[in-house]
Amino acid sequence: MMKVNPDFLEATKLADRFNASACINCGSCTALCPMGINLLPRRLFRYVLMGLERKVLENIPSIYSCLLCKMCEDNCPAEVPIVENIRVLRTYVNKKWYGLERS
Amino acid sequence: MAWARGLDIPFGGETVLYTGHMYQLIPSITTMATSLERFENSWITRFFAIGRVLNRAINISRFMALTHQPEKRAYNTILRNITRLLRASGVDFGYLFAEELYSGALLHDQGVDEVFTTQARRVSALLQKNGVRQVITVDPHTTNMFRSVYRTVLNEYRVEVKSYLELLAERDPDCVRQLDLDLVIHDSCIYARYEEVVDQPRELLRKAGVRIHDPELSGRLTHCCGGPIESLFPGKAQEIANKRTEQLADCGDSVTTMCPICMANIKRASIRGLKVRDISEYLVAAYCPGASRPQGYARNHSSRKNQFRERGLVS
Repeated sequence: MMKVNPDFLEATKLADRFNASACINCGSCTALCPMGINLLPRRLFRYVLMGLERKVLENIPSIYSCLLCKMCEDNCPAEVPIVENIRVLRTYVNKKWYGLERS
Repeated sequence: MAWARGLDIPFGGETVLYTGHMYQLIPSITTMATSLERFENSWITRFFAIGRVLNRAINISRFMALTHQPEKRAYNTILRNITRLLRASGVDFGYLFAEELYSGALLHDQGVDEVFTTQARRVSALLQKNGVRQVITVDPHTTNMFRSVYRTVLNEYRVEVKSYLELLAERDPDCVRQLDLDLVIHDSCIYARYEEVVDQPRELLRKAGVRIHDPELSGRLTHCCGGPIESLFPGKAQEIANKRTEQLADCGDSVTTMCPICMANIKRASIRGLKVRDISEYLVAAYCPGASRPQGYARNHSSRKNQFRERGLVS
């Protein structure tokens, strides 16, 4: 069973910079990713939009292995700010998981 | 700042050349990445936590990143070349020497936002204290931080930022020597997709008599060198660098880069016979009187496809 964490949803919304609602799930990003990680970024963003914090945290290595090269974002038909979204997730994980910064 | 010794660059001024320590750091980063690659996925990583504690008393990281002097000198030469190019184009500038700070690009990329903002404030205060209004950058990462990212985290930040390649293209200096050679260009992701620096390096090289060969993925569609993840996933970074190097080698045997991280990664992945050089080495030979040609440059285009074609291995 998947558990929705409303606090996680709030935290990403509060970041004010996470914006994946325009994603049409077309898969261009996945096809173009030089890392070849099929999780990134569309499925990951779905988890965030649905508040599935545990699923997001299960994929920490994928979040940190994004090259931020913008190949996906530059070719995204829905103009989703993919790179900034990944950065917002890193900030969240840094605080919540690694305790790197104040929450 | 050893690179600036003997160049008589004045301290500070309204316009400064800002290195962001990127070229200077590459020898240490390369050695560190090679060390980490050896340990990746091995049982030793279980003891890294102990290393982190020990590191507070004895700086172990320093031993892991010991560098060779010739490599340091090679990267310092790139900065000296850039200085010569700017002077040859009539640009007056100063340098902040030991006061110069790292831009914080890695902190920003890793999402360590609070520490990054603190660093951005420090850099901004440094520029303000020295009355700096224009900054000339030498690498894409510092260019991106100074021109696009600082504005998003700092309220009072009004500094004009240009990379030396943009500035040179704008100044359109006279070419003193036609290079008559073939080069494969590897565009940096940050320059091409974040900062729209694509045409300027090509204009400068074409004017210098360089025949440019673009790989299939180039310009705004350039393929990453793998560099951004080399500290966390060195093995994966190497795989990406290998893939990119194959693409470049298919177009010719002399590759030019314009980012220190790209250069280090492609060099590490380098295929035998492939020459990888920073663009400044070619530009200085073309635009600065008295500069020598880059040694061992390719006059004739000789891609691996052509070599196979000559041997009748492909049609």
